Amino acid sequence: MPPVFGMLFDGIAYGMLLFLMSVGLSVTLGMMNFVNLAHCSFAMLGGYVAVTLMNAFGWPFLLTLPIAFLAAAAASVVLERVFFRRFYNAGELEQCLLTIGIVFVSIAGAAYIYGTDQQPVHLPPYLQGSIVFAGLDFAIYRLFLIGIALVITVVLIATVEATRFGAQVRAAVNNQRMARGLGIDVDRLFAITFALGSGLAGLGGALAIAMLGLDPSFALTYLIYVLIVVSVGGLGSVAGSFVAAMLLGVSDEAGKYYIPAFGSVLIYLVMMVVIMWRPAGLFGRR
Amino acid sequence: MSSATIDAAFGPRQFLRAQNRWRWTEIAFWLATLLPFVLTPDYLVLASQIAITGLFALSLDLILGFSGIISLGHAAYFGMGAYTAGLLSVWGWGEPLTGLLAAGVTAGLFGYLTSFIIARFRHLALIMITLGIGLLLQEAANSASFITGGFDGLQGIHTWPILNRFDFDLYGRTAYSYALVVLFLTFLVARRIIHSPFGLSLRGIRENGQRMPAIGAATRAHIRTIYTIAAVMAGIAGALLAQTTETVSLETLGFQRSADVLVMLILGGTGRLYGGPIGAIVYMVARDQFSGLNPQYWYFWIGLLLIAVVMFMPDGILGGLALALRRLTPRRAKD
Repeated sequence: MPPVFGMLFDGIAYGMLLFLMSVGLSVTLGMMNFVNLAHCSFAMLGGYVAVTLMNAFGWPFLLTLPIAFLAAAAASVVLERVFFRRFYNAGELEQCLLTIGIVFVSIAGAAYIYGTDQQPVHLPPYLQGSIVFAGLDFAIYRLFLIGIALVITVVLIATVEATRFGAQVRAAVNNQRMARGLGIDVDRLFAITFALGSGLAGLGGALAIAMLGLDPSFALTYLIYVLIVVSVGGLGSVAGSFVAAMLLGVSDEAGKYYIPAFGSVLIYLVMMVVIMWRPAGLFGRR
Repeated sequence: MSSATIDAAFGPRQFLRAQNRWRWTEIAFWLATLLPFVLTPDYLVLASQIAITGLFALSLDLILGFSGIISLGHAAYFGMGAYTAGLLSVWGWGEPLTGLLAAGVTAGLFGYLTSFIIARFRHLALIMITLGIGLLLQEAANSASFITGGFDGLQGIHTWPILNRFDFDLYGRTAYSYALVVLFLTFLVARRIIHSPFGLSLRGIRENGQRMPAIGAATRAHIRTIYTIAAVMAGIAGALLAQTTETVSLETLGFQRSADVLVMLILGGTGRLYGGPIGAIVYMVARDQFSGLNPQYWYFWIGLLLIAVVMFMPDGILGGLALALRRLTPRRAKD
């Protein structure tokens, strides 16, 4: 396989993961302006739930995915009720501090229960290996990843664009006070979106183990990537997150492949340039 | 006429002068900083690190507490100063005072350049840009390992005796005196800045960034100035660390350091000159006491502490103390 295609393929698969892990944050940030730095802790939770079910209880990999989704969603509802709810009207600093406190606690908790080693993951045989198509060979797991992410993207965009619920979400993102004035229960809407978004992060976390690995620092390492996706894509924009995640995934792979000496300098530079050029992100409205 | 005299009594000049007056608690605080020499002479190395970190936290307070600029990448300037002083020494110039000066100038220059970006943004974009500056500089230092030593850190730093007389000893006696004197002098500068008309307009910007231009304040120019000053101070703090420990690692530029100093400042109380130093004392003494603890678990407690402070004590230790004091003495006028 020519290296360019391999790099593109890997970058897209990586971007799909980043998209799953960040789209929830983008929508909730757009709606409530709540800076939730603990978003990747939900992804990490999903990852650990999947690993535990597989290794300790012998569940098949595919069956652990919906459980990872549900676990992350449930945890997010609890945290939202107990903590986040009180801070919607607080300043960004308070929100940042509260959620980074939660990140620290989650990292220490994961280290306490699972240790600091990388978690082993055993993919079922039908997801291992690669297939050859038109002279290029594709890793099956990455194809599977891209497939799942594409299905979710289509469902998400259809929900946001074509359902009543989606219309309410868009209204609340555009102008929260006006939406309230029209009788939309923004708090309920937000709780649902928050749970869905965190669930998607949990699913992303479970899918990420086989590709990115899983250890307690996951919640902080990928937080930075998720924040880049959200701020470059624009708050509250599903399509923006998708484009930004693809951009980031491919440019990160390209950077590692072509100019390894520069490490991650390339993506940080791209992020800063985009934010300076358009502070609200590529697809942001504000 | 009488109303004019009453107004004058509470006018801005009188207000600033009253703010500028030294309180006995402040004098007590600075006298207490001398106690480690007598009470805990075995802990002077730790005390010097606390003084350095306190200076770093104070510099963050200038932009975050007083001007409302949230920064997740303030360690960039700290590390810049540390590497400047360290590299000067590696290249054969280990004189500490000029090293400090050079570090302050380099960090300040970098701060001045970046302040043009900082002043243009607010909210999430600002957070991401400060984060990006920090990450970018750390990656750059990592990539330029032929200068910085990369992941292994900078080797071979030797700091000459201060003023050719006071050599750095193993017990940290010189290190602590040196750090304390620099902290005190910088603190005086910060105190003067905060209790000036310029300091007042910074607080105005923090409270309402849109209304300040309407009353004629040059908001962006003010932000650029204070950001540069804070960068100089952070650079000096970094240089102090490099000179007293004679090592510089990539960690001085890292996100962890930016986050730690933020935690200390929040713990002590933002927007109060003593918040940074007091937060640094509490945080670092606690970390020293729990040093047997795995660092992973240390962050568990820090996380809990952060959540608790944000939920129950939003103004930090000093804010809590002030509130308690006000409740105990209800008839005393609000200060």
